[in-house]
Amino acid sequence: MLKLAGLSVDYGSFTAIKNVDIEVNEGELVVLLGANGAGKSTVFKAISGIEKWSDGDILFNGSSIKKKSPDRIVKAGIVQCAEGRELFDRMTVYENLIMGAYVHRRKKAEVKKSLGHVYELFPILEEKKESAAGSLSGGQQQMLAIGRSLMSRPKLLLLDEPSIGLAPLIVEQMFDVIQKINEEGTTVLLAEQNANAALKIADRGYVFESGSIVVKGSSNELLTNDSVRKAYIGA
Amino acid sequence: MPAMTKKSIALIALIIGAMVIPFIIQNEYWLHILTLSFIWSIAVYGLNILAGYTGYLSLAHAGFFAIGAYALGLLTVKVGLNYWVALILACIITSGIGFLIGLIALRTREHFFAIYTLCVGYVIYLVIDKWDSLTGGVRGLIGIPAPSNIGPISFQSATSQYYLILFFLLATVLVMYRIVHSLTGRTFIAIRNSEELAQTIGISTMKNKLTVFVLSTFFAGLAGALYASFIRFIGPDIGYTAIIFDLLTYLLVGGIGTLAGPVVGTILIVSVSQSLQFLQDYRMLIFGPMLTLIIIFYPRGIVGMVSEWKMKWFNKKKKTPAEKWKSTYSDSKDVREDKVKEG
Repeated sequence: MLKLAGLSVDYGSFTAIKNVDIEVNEGELVVLLGANGAGKSTVFKAISGIEKWSDGDILFNGSSIKKKSPDRIVKAGIVQCAEGRELFDRMTVYENLIMGAYVHRRKKAEVKKSLGHVYELFPILEEKKESAAGSLSGGQQQMLAIGRSLMSRPKLLLLDEPSIGLAPLIVEQMFDVIQKINEEGTTVLLAEQNANAALKIADRGYVFESGSIVVKGSSNELLTNDSVRKAYIGA
Repeated sequence: MPAMTKKSIALIALIIGAMVIPFIIQNEYWLHILTLSFIWSIAVYGLNILAGYTGYLSLAHAGFFAIGAYALGLLTVKVGLNYWVALILACIITSGIGFLIGLIALRTREHFFAIYTLCVGYVIYLVIDKWDSLTGGVRGLIGIPAPSNIGPISFQSATSQYYLILFFLLATVLVMYRIVHSLTGRTFIAIRNSEELAQTIGISTMKNKLTVFVLSTFFAGLAGALYASFIRFIGPDIGYTAIIFDLLTYLLVGGIGTLAGPVVGTILIVSVSQSLQFLQDYRMLIFGPMLTLIIIFYPRGIVGMVSEWKMKWFNKKKKTPAEKWKSTYSDSKDVREDKVKEG
């Protein structure tokens, strides 16, 4: 479904991503592990079309997305839920969700159906639909950010560190929902530092270090890999 | 009484108030000032939808105002077109030029956009000032006709012009209200909040920014055209860059990014400025500090200040007796600890 072939991204003279190869098959949940600054978010920005890459290519369902603008990439089915729970703070929860369905804005019945699905996944959002997004707790804001991404009914969902800054119990709930979203048929590419929780739900993973992939393999392989355990699981 | 009904009643009262003003104010000079304020308000609404709601501060707005004014002037005086046809064409010409300039200007952002548009505004002023054979240069354009009659309705008197411009102002406010409360308006706000985030939810930022830029120039052109037929004489000074800072002051004082801000700020500053005519240029000693204080303490202007006070009053009223007791008697440290626990 998604293939990054020899991808490199430069910020001026600094190379943020060096010759990265990633493949995500339809229906999979793949995780990108790495510390802060390893290059996970840059990869996501490149896939979303926000960051232009200097070398290599990104193929989605067999065709290059190099010339596609970010909005056309969303229309094609790749949606990013950015790091840091970026929301439209002054808009209500409902308005935020409706904004998420921007690409389907003329298909009212579909938007309503997506809204019902998001409320089913995150009932608290329905309870708080009239509240300003900025007034929600951290966990609720993350739910809203994911819910808004789901409103455009993505084929591939890019989740950038959804557990960052959340209480352990909320993180657990969040990963349960991510697994559910994947089981319902959405392919998920997840960037995480919480390797233990992420590898439990993922099919495969890649480990990033200084803009390159240093280890890759199935979740079980990564969970038993000594260097991964030392660096990310603390065992 | 539901809040919406209260709002609607207040709005209807304001409209009725505006309609009876010519019967109350017998002084034609003040009617003239009020009509001028309405014209500037229309231009400020154009600036507000772009700078206030989308986050792009265009400093070429006075230039577009001048394009609208000169387009109407030239089409009526030199071409001899009917006023209403010329008015429509003036808006179309301004929007068309706005479209072409927007295509280039919107490739820049933030202060680069402001600087670029400031230069565009100055170029427009220079073109008007120096293109003597077309615009009349520094001599200006005289003999611009008042709006032509619509059936039995004539627009020759100050009162009838007041009502005509009030009609255009109300139409502008209505259009702005509809835009701001629609998905299109929320799209503009989304772009203002974060362009990157807007892109990740599938918004074509360039298309939307261009739409709002053209819309903004349309209202600048409309205001300019109405100004030309109201004053009946125009000179290149109406496109001078100083005018944009006047418009910006009206917007900042009234409330940038608010619906009522442009009209509140414009009427207030224009009328205060007229009342302080005896101070001549020393008026700026009052406006300067006032503007600075408003920007520091109330970045959303007078309208933002009023809604903030209203919100505080409403929240105070909503508090339960237990909450009131807590906020009165518990010290700030306890409150902070509670918040940490809740978090």
